[in-house]
Amino acid sequence: MAALEINNVCKNFGSERVLKDVSLAIDSGEFLILVGPSGCGKSTLMNAIAGLEPVTSGEIRIAGEDVTWQTPAERDIAMVFQSYALYPSMTVRQNISFGLEMRKVPKAEREAAVERVADLLQISHLLERKPSQLSGGQRQRVAMGRALAREPKVYLFDEPLSNLDAKLRVDMRTEIKKLHQRLGTTIVYVTHDQIEAMTLADCIAVMRDGRILQLGSPDEVYNNPVDLFVAGFMGSPSMNFIGATLDGEPGGYLLRVATPGEENLELPWPQERETPAMAGQVGREVILGLRPEHFAEDDVRLGDDAEGVLLSPRITVVEPTGADILLQLKLGEGEATARVGPKCRVAAGERLALRIDMARAVLFDRETEQRLA
Amino acid sequence: MDNVIRRRTFGARLGRALLYAVLLLAALFYLLPLAVMLVTSLKPLAEITPGTLLSLPQEPTLGPWTKAWGEACTGMRCEGVGVYFFNSIAIVVPAVLISTIIGALNGYALTKWRFKGSELLFALMLFGCFIPFQVVLLPMAQTLGWLGLSSSRAGLILVHVVFGIAFTTLFFRNFYVAVPTELVSAAKLDGAGFFRIFWRILLPVSAPIIVVSVIWQFTQIWNDFLFGVAFSAHDTQPVTVALNNLVNTSTGAREYNVDMAAAMIAALPTLIVYVLAGKYFVRGLTAGSVKG
Repeated sequence: MAALEINNVCKNFGSERVLKDVSLAIDSGEFLILVGPSGCGKSTLMNAIAGLEPVTSGEIRIAGEDVTWQTPAERDIAMVFQSYALYPSMTVRQNISFGLEMRKVPKAEREAAVERVADLLQISHLLERKPSQLSGGQRQRVAMGRALAREPKVYLFDEPLSNLDAKLRVDMRTEIKKLHQRLGTTIVYVTHDQIEAMTLADCIAVMRDGRILQLGSPDEVYNNPVDLFVAGFMGSPSMNFIGATLDGEPGGYLLRVATPGEENLELPWPQERETPAMAGQVGREVILGLRPEHFAEDDVRLGDDAEGVLLSPRITVVEPTGADILLQLKLGEGEATARVGPKCRVAAGERLALRIDMARAVLFDRETEQRLA
Repeated sequence: MDNVIRRRTFGARLGRALLYAVLLLAALFYLLPLAVMLVTSLKPLAEITPGTLLSLPQEPTLGPWTKAWGEACTGMRCEGVGVYFFNSIAIVVPAVLISTIIGALNGYALTKWRFKGSELLFALMLFGCFIPFQVVLLPMAQTLGWLGLSSSRAGLILVHVVFGIAFTTLFFRNFYVAVPTELVSAAKLDGAGFFRIFWRILLPVSAPIIVVSVIWQFTQIWNDFLFGVAFSAHDTQPVTVALNNLVNTSTGAREYNVDMAAAMIAALPTLIVYVLAGKYFVRGLTAGSVKG
């Protein structure tokens, strides 16, 4: 039975349609991440699950039970808010036990729950403090503690890390993942940070304009994006989109990338990745999607027998990040980003022998922006 | 606190001195009436009749104060303003408390439990702040009659509560609108209901605005004359009405010293409240949002 099921949910604010027929289901213990740009409806969907906003139509089920018209209190969920929303007049201890108190849990059990959560999150020494006496990271822990004190069916996290500084955010990300692995809780997590989405999720829902564009594992969403938007949104630096003409040669398809002042670049499309949709696009402009790591220095990663296409583009910018080097290079009419190893010795203005791993490239329709192959 | 860069030349100093002199004069001018009242209230009548308004009392006496409190004639009766002082307290305390509590609940509901038309409702309530009292005298008298509260203390309290709600709602709404709504969402998820959230989450952070509301309402209701004179019987009159009666009762020579003492008595509570809590009043009005 699904821990959480959302069926055809729509939400209108006046004439504005914020959620358009959203459906998804996750199993008990799964970590679902809702990701998308601001205004895509992810927070509204979260509020609908929490019961803070009534839906216009559709149905929400938690552990099989229809909760669409239940109040937040009746739904048995806990939520961590972006602003933490700690009760300012209460101590950390009172903050954590408030939910239990409201549910008439006996005092001894409440105390035990506070101790358990405080141990788990290492906030035992903060229990008597007020929220105003805590740092950002400590508040974040208390907010999580408040959610963990009860043992609800579903946990909701609304951009919980976005108010932390960069280093703390990475640390807390790891801790949340550890907690999920230890406790096996069902989590719905909203973020606009695609790295958080990739690292934490069992399942990612990429949203845009009130719709779920793609629902799948991080691997699926990253390597098999359904359209141009998902492909561009996931991954950093983002995927390179290169305009090309699709030609149907006798031996298979060929992509021609027009390069001003130079010979056209010809990229053969791997036969095993041909799709029926490609046939209708022969002779037309398509968009080739290449991730930065789909480029490799010649002889470094792909070896002699590699199928990659060799090219030697001119490098315009070299950006070492420490772990690797990002290169801006001229490709077709524009520029593309490539990720190469940290030992690569190349300067801006030079040419570098690179291979493109076409086996992992993706192809999009120029007009509909949908995936072709 | 001086954070302005200026050269300390002779001209600049002279300018400063002039500025302070003008300010001092203005301050004295404003304080003069109070000083005259205080001085006059401590003089025996014989020292007043010559017309030396500003001179200090030669033989200071508290006689006018005790007379004003317990013996002076207000209309037909001669029992001083003391009785009416307690009348005022009996009206002001419940009226302030009730209007503040209702204002707080209104502000809470209007910001944290929004419903269709809640903004319109607030705009209409706000309109109540701008209605002149005179306009409602007759309809209010009629309503009090229907409710069987004419000339009663309860009726007067009701009138003040009804008029006060517009202001207290405005105060609390504007304060609560800055309190993060996520606090209320979190409490809802924790299982708390409407009143529990108000009592446990909102009220504990409301001290600054409660002070504002109480001071405002106390001052307004204590100083009210029009409703007091219109809707009270003799035995429920507030001190402001009694003061008027005292001053307008003409039997023999006018006792300015008693008049002044009575006026001081009537003004004292609001003065005290302002001196004691004025700091919090300003602080409450400018209080920023409560951080979650």
